[in-house]
Amino acid sequence: MSDDQSLLSRRNALKCMAYGGAGTLFALSGGVFAPIDLAMAASDKKAAAKLGKPLFVQISDTHIGFNKEANPDVAGTLTQTIDIVNGMSDQPALIIHTGDITHLSKPAEFDLAQQLFGRLRTTEMHTTPGEHDTTDATVTEYFNRFGQASNNKGYYSFDHAGVHFIGLINVLQFKPGGLGILGDEQLAWVAADLKGRSASTPIVVFTHMPLWTIYEPWGWGTGDADQLLSQLRRFGSVTVLNGHIHQIVQKVEGNMTFHTARSTSYPQPQAGVGSGPGPLKVPSDQLAGMLGITSVSVVKHPQALALTDTALA
Amino acid sequence: MNLRRINMLLATVGVVVMGAMETPSPSIADTAETTKITVKDFKFDPTPMTVKAGSTVTWTNMDDEPHNVTSDTGLFRSGGMDTNDSFSYKFDKPGTYHITCSIHPRMVGTVVVQ
Repeated sequence: MSDDQSLLSRRNALKCMAYGGAGTLFALSGGVFAPIDLAMAASDKKAAAKLGKPLFVQISDTHIGFNKEANPDVAGTLTQTIDIVNGMSDQPALIIHTGDITHLSKPAEFDLAQQLFGRLRTTEMHTTPGEHDTTDATVTEYFNRFGQASNNKGYYSFDHAGVHFIGLINVLQFKPGGLGILGDEQLAWVAADLKGRSASTPIVVFTHMPLWTIYEPWGWGTGDADQLLSQLRRFGSVTVLNGHIHQIVQKVEGNMTFHTARSTSYPQPQAGVGSGPGPLKVPSDQLAGMLGITSVSVVKHPQALALTDTALA
Repeated sequence: MNLRRINMLLATVGVVVMGAMETPSPSIADTAETTKITVKDFKFDPTPMTVKAGSTVTWTNMDDEPHNVTSDTGLFRSGGMDTNDSFSYKFDKPGTYHITCSIHPRMVGTVVVQ
């Protein structure tokens, strides 16, 4: 998928949201499509290797503590996930977890999650909480373990390999009706963080809930995201990552690529199907194909990142 | 302002967690008593619920997905309720109380205390 015509036509096609499906690829502005089928990636290790050295791997929605029919063994599927990451020929420099580490914010759930994460060969992990990580009455369990990087605020930034990463929190405040909120304080912090930064700096933003409205009736969006995105439009390469909806949905808009990762725990229904965004029960032989991770590599040009989704099976 | 502080403040009112109640739930209670609200299919049922002052309301989660009960004014907030978990709160003062599930904030309900 290397010629420009093909890239453009694919990009147009991807302007419409694409739901689910095994193994989906897309490019950032100026990027290159890396057409790899992810179910295939598990069986064809060379295909994954062609993507080059991964910059980071995104893990999301591990939901440690969940034990219902949709997946009675979420620790097992997280272990499988970690095995896939550890088995990559080039280890990613970073792991980014986009929230819902636990199912019910219980100390024992966080402890087990941390114990499992301890098996990752890549030791640098960045996190943002999901609403399932902040359901304890005092909202302290997540911050006691993962709050240090953000000084307990939940939002922070860092640089790695010339890429500027911004972790934001959108699960503590809500707009009436259900969309997440970043809030004025956090938005002002982003403005200060981006001030004076070169437009050629690749930006990666990660949150738990989507920063674009995928389905408002289920709260799949962030009410004041536009105030964030307007600050990001001047940058040449912006990658916006989230979890929360347990399925791949993606969109390319100008220089911004939006992508929601699969869960490692259980799938959820497509937007609006059924009574709400609860666990989706699927035949057990189909489950692994609906769980997975996203790998992000720098491709060709320093300003371009390529994203690859890998299913567990 | 620290966002986390807000929620910590919201959580300071003491609450009682009880087992699931067996009593059928009238939507209007004539005298102070315990009434039940079911949390199922991402809805509080019934809503609005009207009770007499002094009544204890118990919410029980019947979904596979966890929910919680959060007062919009910060009066009370349950922890995450897994399937079949319950949470109770005693309403002493008359008024209209709006509640939300902070995990699924489109889930809203009202308790009217007379």
